[in-house]
Amino acid sequence: MQNNVWIYIGIMALVTYLIRVLPLTLIRKEIKNKTIRSFLYYVPYVTLTVMTFPAILQATASPWSGLAALVVGTVLAWKKKGLFPVAVCACLTVFIMELFL
Amino acid sequence: MEKNTRIWFKRGMRDGVPIFLGYFAVSFTLGIAAKNAGLTALQAMLASLTVNASAGEFAAFTLMAAGASYIELAVMMLVVNARYLLMSCALSQKLPAKTSLLHRLLIGFDLTDEIFGVSIAVPGKLNPFYTYGVVVIAAPGWAIGTYIGVLMGNILPANVVSALSVGLFGMFLAIIIPPARENKVLAGIIGASMLLSFAASYLPVFKSWSSGMVIIFLTVLIAGAAALLFPVKEADDDAK
Repeated sequence: MQNNVWIYIGIMALVTYLIRVLPLTLIRKEIKNKTIRSFLYYVPYVTLTVMTFPAILQATASPWSGLAALVVGTVLAWKKKGLFPVAVCACLTVFIMELFL
Repeated sequence: MEKNTRIWFKRGMRDGVPIFLGYFAVSFTLGIAAKNAGLTALQAMLASLTVNASAGEFAAFTLMAAGASYIELAVMMLVVNARYLLMSCALSQKLPAKTSLLHRLLIGFDLTDEIFGVSIAVPGKLNPFYTYGVVVIAAPGWAIGTYIGVLMGNILPANVVSALSVGLFGMFLAIIIPPARENKVLAGIIGASMLLSFAASYLPVFKSWSSGMVIIFLTVLIAGAAALLFPVKEADDDAK
């Protein structure tokens, strides 16, 4: 790491806080622009997907255990299990897979 | 009024318990990511206490590890956390109009997906003390979990660390997949995002880019195209 960690953390906190608090304090009316609304609606899904794949294949000791976690996590999420069960089962999948790999 | 406030605060604390448990487990894996990026336990805990954003912190730690510039980090936080803009807008409609500036500033501090979710689901208008009740229980889980994650990363055997590394990805799946069940456009966009992200990891064009810039680029490209091609109907907007 070349830069100062404390400054990094300060930037993270400041930018995130401004995003969260500015609409709440300044904009009392709803955003009417359909394109901006749609863009903001899609952003989290695209970002989280792009961050998850293919990174999940590189996060574990073997890409195969990462892939197994992706499949198990997707199936459980599809069945609407909550954040906690999906996260735990993805971890367990990797742990069990890597006992045999 | 006094009594009412106390009731809402208690109700918030009760609803904060499952969020605490989820946060504790997920932030534990976040701590491992922080450790990999070279942060100390104290730094990671401070980041969790002040930022309170799983995807945002994860992306930030990745950028830090890559030695990204301050501007790159700021842009990344803006893009990854852009969804909080919409949540903040929605929540502003949920508050009584006379709600003071101080309350608005405090509620904004820990406006996470989960805390937004329970706050917006309260019947009628939102009493800020309900949200405070949730936050006093949930936020420490997030910070302490991160702290322990950094420390235990040293002690835990390699196969346990490998297993815990996918915890956050599992949580992301639990956020993105369920809405895609009811929304075919969203399912298609998630599929396209996976394909393009996979392709980008092999394309020579992106080799010189930081992983953070690739995420920003793909997000603006795909979400922008989706917004133009498939504008969201008002009713879908509430599904978050």
